[in-house]
Amino acid sequence: MGDVARTRVEAAEAGTALLWVRGLTRAGLEPADLELASGELLLISGPSGAGKSLLLRALADLDPNSGEIFLKGEPRNRFPAPQWRRLVTYLSATPGWWAPTVQEHFRPEDKDIAAGMLARLGLPPQAMEWDVDRLSTGESQRLALLRALVQCPAVLLLDEPTGALDAKSTAQVEDFLRERLANGLAVILVSHDRAQGRRLAKRSLVMAKGGKLSEGPP
Amino acid sequence: MTFVELTYWDIALAALLLTVNAGLSIWLRLGMERQLAIAAIRMVVQLTLVGLVLKALFATVSPWLTGAVALVMIGFAGYEATARQARRLSGPWGYGLGTMAILFACTLVTAFALTTQIQPDPWYSPQFAIPLLGMILGNCMTGVSLGLNQLFGRAGKERLAIEAMLALGYTRQEALKPLVRESVRSGLIPIVNSMAATGLVALPGMMTGQILAGVDPVQAVKYQMLIMFLIAGGTAIGVLVAVVAGSGRLSDERHRLRLDRLTPIK
Repeated sequence: MGDVARTRVEAAEAGTALLWVRGLTRAGLEPADLELASGELLLISGPSGAGKSLLLRALADLDPNSGEIFLKGEPRNRFPAPQWRRLVTYLSATPGWWAPTVQEHFRPEDKDIAAGMLARLGLPPQAMEWDVDRLSTGESQRLALLRALVQCPAVLLLDEPTGALDAKSTAQVEDFLRERLANGLAVILVSHDRAQGRRLAKRSLVMAKGGKLSEGPP
Repeated sequence: MTFVELTYWDIALAALLLTVNAGLSIWLRLGMERQLAIAAIRMVVQLTLVGLVLKALFATVSPWLTGAVALVMIGFAGYEATARQARRLSGPWGYGLGTMAILFACTLVTAFALTTQIQPDPWYSPQFAIPLLGMILGNCMTGVSLGLNQLFGRAGKERLAIEAMLALGYTRQEALKPLVRESVRSGLIPIVNSMAATGLVALPGMMTGQILAGVDPVQAVKYQMLIMFLIAGGTAIGVLVAVVAGSGRLSDERHRLRLDRLTPIK
């Protein structure tokens, strides 16, 4: 295919895919290409230190990076960075907290909606009043997931979201994610849990040491 | 009111007290005799030189010379403000940021005092401008140093919280606000303490000096109040400018936290 024809095809793909990425790179990462459709979960696996988290951070534009990224056909540089991150939200494996209680981490308009969703993640109604200092790692991960989901992002970038959860809590999180996927949310999931990948993802990519992405097992 | 002129013999007599320090050091084997001697000699040499420089400066009354001396003083203050920080901005920003904040705040406040309150003739008269700038500079330097030390030192420790906010679509101003607030508070604590304790815990050096020089204590107190307000204002402006500019450099236009712009932890 000639360059012009390929550019046309890519432009068409960029317009149809929810998230369309070409040549995304930063220090420690080989140029990465990927597409993501609405309602799709893409699994990214690979050895520790390969650069999976760096890729998610680059997608969220949290570190200096370069490459072409389109969301619903619009290039990333057309979005102010805060707006981009509300639409393409990264959730770190170790969530950060900046205020004394859980509820202070939700925007005023999101608090009631979040309180209504607590039970879906196996958390009691009073969890919103909890001090963040007393959160267990599992509670911290689930509340941080809720904090991100309640903002209704188009794409959620999840970095080991159930790494600290028991089987029951993991199942609750997965059910919750399935429901949101059915409503059109797209997810890129970084996980070492192969069984979880098989349960949630129809497509996967593998990142090798050095940050090179390749097609993974279906 | 009388002014008692000191002779070199008077000073030599006072210096004899150092033998008490030296004796104590020898008796308790503190090993500080050498340091003590060097510090005392440095003090004498530095003050003598400053006295000579000031005498020549006051005799000239040149705006250029006054400005040049002020710039040298600000340059040293900027260096001192950043020299002992655990982390600072890498490259020219490391020295430049604190120095520019000190330059801005101290020249603004000194010029304000010289042109509206003290009003010497001419307004840049070095006899007033240089000591005034020196007092404001010393305090502003400490404030800026503490503020920036807090900002850059804690940015790494608070990274998870700051990036959690950024990742959720908060702006860099929102995400860095708690850190900025804490850093400004750190920078202002010394001057607030100093104002609250003045007169009760310690008599300020300038006021004491004026009283010893024969000035009416009420006048000396008025001068001291003026100086304290100028110092507080200058420090507040300096700390605010340094911390806000520092937080700007700690992030970029795409609202990312840029810890890579800091020097490695010492």
